[in-house]
Amino acid sequence: MSALANALRRHPEMMVAAVLVLAVVVIGTINPVFWQPSNLFSLMRASVITGILALAVLLVMLSGGIDVSFPAFAIAAMYLTVKAMIAWGFDGVLLPFAMATAIGVGLGLVNAVFVYYLRMIPLIVTLGTGTAVRGFILGVVGTSQINIDQMPPLLINFARGEFFHVTQADGSTAGLSSMVLVYAGIALLVHLMLRYTMMGRSIYALGGGEEAARRVGFNVRRTTFFIYGLAGALAGFAGLLHGAMIWTANPRDMVGLELDVIAAVVLGGASIFGGRGTVIGTVLGVLTLVVITNSLIILGVDTTWQRVVVGLIVIAATAATAWRDRKRIA
Amino acid sequence: MTPPLIELRHIGKSFSAVRALEDVSLTIGRGEIHCLAGENGSGKSTLIKVISGVWQPDQGELLIDGQKMEGMTPRAAIQHGVQVIYQDFSLFGNLSVAENLALSMELQEGRKLVSWRRIRSIAQEAIRKLGVDLDLDALVETLPTAGKQLVAIARALMSDPRLLIMDEPTTALTGREVEALFRVVRDIQSRGIAVLFVSHKMREMLEISERLTVIRSGRVVAAGPISEFDEAAITRAMTGQEIAAEGYRWEGTAGGTPLLEVSGLTIPGQLEDVSLRVMPGEIVGVSGLLGSGRTELALALFGMKHGYQGQVRIDGREVRLDSVQRAIEHGIAYVPEDRLTEGLFLTQTIDRNMLATSYARLSKGGIIQRARAAREAAGMIREMAIATPTGDRPVTQLSGGNAQRVVIGRWLLNDPRLLILNGPTVGVDVGSKAGIHRKIRELARTRGLGVLMISDDLPELVDNCNRIIVLHRGRLVSDTPTEATSEAALSEQLGALA
Repeated sequence: MSALANALRRHPEMMVAAVLVLAVVVIGTINPVFWQPSNLFSLMRASVITGILALAVLLVMLSGGIDVSFPAFAIAAMYLTVKAMIAWGFDGVLLPFAMATAIGVGLGLVNAVFVYYLRMIPLIVTLGTGTAVRGFILGVVGTSQINIDQMPPLLINFARGEFFHVTQADGSTAGLSSMVLVYAGIALLVHLMLRYTMMGRSIYALGGGEEAARRVGFNVRRTTFFIYGLAGALAGFAGLLHGAMIWTANPRDMVGLELDVIAAVVLGGASIFGGRGTVIGTVLGVLTLVVITNSLIILGVDTTWQRVVVGLIVIAATAATAWRDRKRIA
Repeated sequence: MTPPLIELRHIGKSFSAVRALEDVSLTIGRGEIHCLAGENGSGKSTLIKVISGVWQPDQGELLIDGQKMEGMTPRAAIQHGVQVIYQDFSLFGNLSVAENLALSMELQEGRKLVSWRRIRSIAQEAIRKLGVDLDLDALVETLPTAGKQLVAIARALMSDPRLLIMDEPTTALTGREVEALFRVVRDIQSRGIAVLFVSHKMREMLEISERLTVIRSGRVVAAGPISEFDEAAITRAMTGQEIAAEGYRWEGTAGGTPLLEVSGLTIPGQLEDVSLRVMPGEIVGVSGLLGSGRTELALALFGMKHGYQGQVRIDGREVRLDSVQRAIEHGIAYVPEDRLTEGLFLTQTIDRNMLATSYARLSKGGIIQRARAAREAAGMIREMAIATPTGDRPVTQLSGGNAQRVVIGRWLLNDPRLLILNGPTVGVDVGSKAGIHRKIRELARTRGLGVLMISDDLPELVDNCNRIIVLHRGRLVSDTPTEATSEAALSEQLGALA
């Protein structure tokens, strides 16, 4: 038993990989439609936004905090950027994404100020900033949904790109969204940053113990600002990408998404107490969550059960990590 | 003549109105093992922080190699070869041994990128220097305390220190681990590295150090070569009072009914056919190495091992202790080893901690009788002489000794018959320890309380118990009246079992 716990501590992604394989086999056996390329591709596409947001949450969770402000930040970055594009009559891809990302960074740094200088609990800080930002967007910027007819065309076109086509058994073609590549690229960068830079290791060190990190000589302030700044950047980027992928900018979107994302990260083996978690685990956790929740339909389960499933996944995954991380009693 | 490695001259340090250090002078020679002794709150930690540059003294000067240091910082201290191993080791439990060892060096070299191959080679070099064997891939949190300590020492040695400060390094170690630690410390010394050993355990100081400095209330009250001291002198210096060790002798009638009689107690894999008896007013010591089954024995008697085989009699009547509730009903009280996590509600007040097991007794029809509860808590605070103005203070404000009194006091409110103490004075300083011992003896003598005292601290057992039981691998190997044994004999017996 404790050998298993140790193995899971060293390779937290093992558990989620096993769950994913199990889920895929069970679902694919019950309904072989699951194996159709169009379904597999749509599952991968569906994991892009949740995935990028999950990477943001992973960073905060590794340092020992928890972030619930990212859906609000994502929506704020998206809505402000799209509104600005329409107001200025600008269309494009790079500049808007840069703007959304920058808005995200700015908001993330606000979180960092509260967490670092006022020593507040990240959950409370992000609950507050998230709610405030949502209120600000709806109250000051606007409440109306921007639909496809008004959305900047270049942005929509970018998000429609596909890079891999397969002809299915029935003769139709299925394409894999290029946004999967964008997501994979971001995940790879975050992985390399966490694993091969001192900044990345300082995030793990901070999650292991703030005082110890200070004593070894890490600059805890710089690390804290980096974490929340990067998490904000990922949220802002994901927000605009989300709008581009669904061709809509809705300021009331993504409500309640934080639970799904946190569920995916915890399922991926990250510890809610900090210091433990990997990008690979998180990517697998997101995929598992997306596969399970999206397959309820092809399994003939009413979609209203989705929330029940997400809730159960949070509980089961947290219980599993808590068992793994429990202190040995002498 | 070469100047000493570190010299403190008339150091003073205040925090707002509190004088933490006053006129402290101290010299540490090259390659010397120097012991800094003092009770909790005596100023030991402040002194360490001054030497390691965390705090600047208000008065006096600090010299390294005869050079006056101005505006010391932690970084400057490290550059001058001062390394501190804190009591909590400051390690990252979630990272591997290798990374823990290499991180500080990587940071000192100002690296931005991580090469796992280099981390490995740095770590290998570090454990080679210390001459120990550690699994570099293991996560630090999976190591036992002694292993974590080795990692902390290896990490400190990597920067070629000239002074290693060890803050209470033996607190969580067993006797054998302490010996192993001392071998490492002597080995470090043989390479010309000085060690400042901070402790409040006399035996250890006498064994390991060459020079001793005792501080009390921020002042140096005694200093000199260790040969000038003995236990009594150190205790006197640390506490400012004479604490004489006098043994406890139970003068009961041998023919009476035993308070507790255990026969053939067996828990597969943990305890094997253990039989013992405790008379009213008797204090029985239980010793044994870690894993000897001593804690399991305590837990079984406290109803936490419900599958046990064998017989337990209380006052001659057979009882089945298969739940904590049942054990409490039979008058058994248990004070656990780790009172911070198992014995106290840290977020609550002293009163509420004290009353935690009494609320059922103190309520009528489901309503707590507040006035009576407050009276009982206040009474017990007085009886246990807990140093607090009122009981509504957070229990975390108490020192280790006072916190322990709260846990013991809580049980006394329920009039227990048998008190099981597991490591009653771990982490408690000398003065407070004597107070707790006095109280336990008084309870045994006046209330006829039976006490089972489990401890690693052999002098504690010899001074307080009239019988000492030794367990080994779940079996009872000896049951000796204290007159017939001695600390040395016990120590030898335990050494032979190891």
